[in-house]
Amino acid sequence: MHYIVLDRLSRQSSYLHGLDARCKIAALILFLVAVATTLPLGAGAVVGYAFLLAAGVLLARLPPAWMLTRSAAVLPFTMAFATMSVVTGNIQHAVTLVAKSYLSSFAVLLVVASTPLPALLDGFGRLGVPVILVTVIQFLYRYLFVITDEARRMWLAAQLRGSALSRQPRSEKVAAAAGSLAVLFARSLEKAESIHLAMTARGFSGRMPALVHPRATAGDALFLLALAALLWLVRFRLGGT
Amino acid sequence: MSPILEARGLDYTYDDGTAALAGVNFRLFPGETVALLGANGSGKTTFVLRLVGLLEGAGEVVVGGVQLTRKTAALIRSKVGIVFQDSDEQLFMPSVLEDIAFGPRNLGQSQEQALKTARQSLEMIRLSHLADRAPYHLSAGEKRRVALAGVLAMSPEVVILDEPTTFLDPPSLRDLIDLLGRLPQAKILITHDIAFAKALAPRACFFERGRIVAEGKTHDIVRQFQWEL
Amino acid sequence: MHIPDGFLSTPVWAAAGAVSVPGVAFFARRAGDAAGDGRIPLMGVMGAFVFAAQMINFPVGIGTSGHLVGGALLAVTLGPAAACMVMTAILAVQALLFQDGGVLALGANVFNMGIAGVVAGYLPYRYWGQTRFRRPAIFLGGFLSVFVSACLAMTQLMLSGVAMPGPVLGVSLGLFAVSAAIEGGITLAVTGALERLNSNWLRSAGKAGNSGMGAILIAAILLASVGALFASALPDGLEKLSEELGIAGRAASLFQTPLADYEASFAGQDWLRKALPGVLGLAAVYLVCVLAGRLISRRALHRS
Repeated sequence: MHYIVLDRLSRQSSYLHGLDARCKIAALILFLVAVATTLPLGAGAVVGYAFLLAAGVLLARLPPAWMLTRSAAVLPFTMAFATMSVVTGNIQHAVTLVAKSYLSSFAVLLVVASTPLPALLDGFGRLGVPVILVTVIQFLYRYLFVITDEARRMWLAAQLRGSALSRQPRSEKVAAAAGSLAVLFARSLEKAESIHLAMTARGFSGRMPALVHPRATAGDALFLLALAALLWLVRFRLGGT
Repeated sequence: MSPILEARGLDYTYDDGTAALAGVNFRLFPGETVALLGANGSGKTTFVLRLVGLLEGAGEVVVGGVQLTRKTAALIRSKVGIVFQDSDEQLFMPSVLEDIAFGPRNLGQSQEQALKTARQSLEMIRLSHLADRAPYHLSAGEKRRVALAGVLAMSPEVVILDEPTTFLDPPSLRDLIDLLGRLPQAKILITHDIAFAKALAPRACFFERGRIVAEGKTHDIVRQFQWEL
Repeated sequence: MHIPDGFLSTPVWAAAGAVSVPGVAFFARRAGDAAGDGRIPLMGVMGAFVFAAQMINFPVGIGTSGHLVGGALLAVTLGPAAACMVMTAILAVQALLFQDGGVLALGANVFNMGIAGVVAGYLPYRYWGQTRFRRPAIFLGGFLSVFVSACLAMTQLMLSGVAMPGPVLGVSLGLFAVSAAIEGGITLAVTGALERLNSNWLRSAGKAGNSGMGAILIAAILLASVGALFASALPDGLEKLSEELGIAGRAASLFQTPLADYEASFAGQDWLRKALPGVLGLAAVYLVCVLAGRLISRRALHRS
């Protein structure tokens, strides 16, 4: 379960973990924009960006092998399109697609693995993302595991009663799957109601109270400036034409 | 001595017309612990939700001299805390500390004050080392204690626990009994666990079809209804 | 289909972001207005439900199975505004925690699945939900939610210069139609089962709307998404056609973004030319974000 690893990693302490979430979000966006606008993507630029990411992994004391494999989750999708570029004779484009998507995916992972999700969401909220959306994401993440477990138990129970072996006609299988989804839906609704009850019992009146806001420091600004300078170097000195 | 909580003629009817509560009278004195016994669906949970105005119906509730109305509901809920049966539904904030601070924040405490209160409550249940953990990754016993800390952080005068023993292994159960025994607040325990009820509550009320049909010493009630294995 | 980072050209992701951000802000306001206090946990838990629902497989045919995507189901149960919030939240979680879909590409993915998909999924139910065509309408909603999103995603990829030989495009369209039909079927089956459990869970569709209007809207959305797909596949043909019709200027501005035009005017300075659209796009997205956020929080303050 990679997200459990992710959750654990994001709660370690390191230089990168200690930076303000807004600073890391801004850094991520800068990086992604730099990668996205490097055209064509030369070998020098790829090495430059990879070097920056490697420095990030070191600064965050994250396990390199895990980061490398986890970022590869993007590759199947990329490969499908890259193959098509190869087929149509545009190998340069294929390489660019693979390199850009992998670098970007790695960068996102680096930020997410060095920032606990609540802090990250708080950062997004303070950068102007609507509060209601941030709160919904927070609840989604909190109950993701609870509802998924529920679904897994239902699936297991169905398997134990031999649903995989049975030779029912397909229409009945579809009806059974639809029925279990409806039950899962009902349980989710019930759960949401109980959660609301529990919130109200503790004084909730419609607005989530703001909590731990870390303060951005001069160090955060310095990091961002340094990164911007390095990105500028890679983007305009090593990359592009 | 006057009761800290008094309910008179509490009614509650479901949307479909079935009566879930039919004229319940109940008194709770400061520092006292009462067990609510009875079959599933006999109205115990409905009764406690009704006590804090999470459900509305006929009858009156007075807590510490304040009568429950829509206007005073928020005040009553700060005096009467409920630890729900499913801790996952109660622990909805991203980290343990933030969850415990949720109540104090809603009571109007500042961020710093709320976090301080939350830390104190965590210390009280001896789980300070879990402050930054996500509630999902806790064990059932830890979840229950954190949920209790979230309620205690609001400094209630009455603590209600709905089936607090479900999913607990014996050591966690022992911890919980020990912890509850040390709390000065008046407590209402909804439970099917008779050993647990006997350990903490000298007095018990027995629910049947939305009414309290008997109350008295826990031992006597258990014997009267043969409410043990 | 969640587009990862690295695929979209700057004008495409910036333009998609510039549309999504006010779109999401609009729906956030609607969802916030309609929100009883209980709606916030509800939206979150329903997002978790859609995630979990992907584990339940529907047997489709020889050895294959499909699963729920959810846009239309959410729209007919929670309403379009809340459905948009939930889908956006799902896409954000997938991009951040599951490395599924990019962060810069989030604007495009949210536009495809969270806005266009949800609206297209809701329209048939909105107009025919109370008529005798209720069941076909729910099926059509499920179908459209997936088909429109997929066509839009493909369009954005092709506008960004991703190679797509003609036959592959044809096959993809066929696959889109099949998976859209599967989504329609699953949506229909699940809403049917839901109604048997509790008929209040589906939103009341309101009075039978002006179904002519509905038909026009749906046809427009469908034509726009499929049309854009073909236009992006055959940009030269389209240009020639519009030249002949003498509307080159107007047509071009339909298919190009203002920032794409920007490139031309800075032709002299190469690096500036490449960097500017990105930076400007980003600045625009951010500005709209902040303004929308301010507006919403101010309204929320007024209310409380």
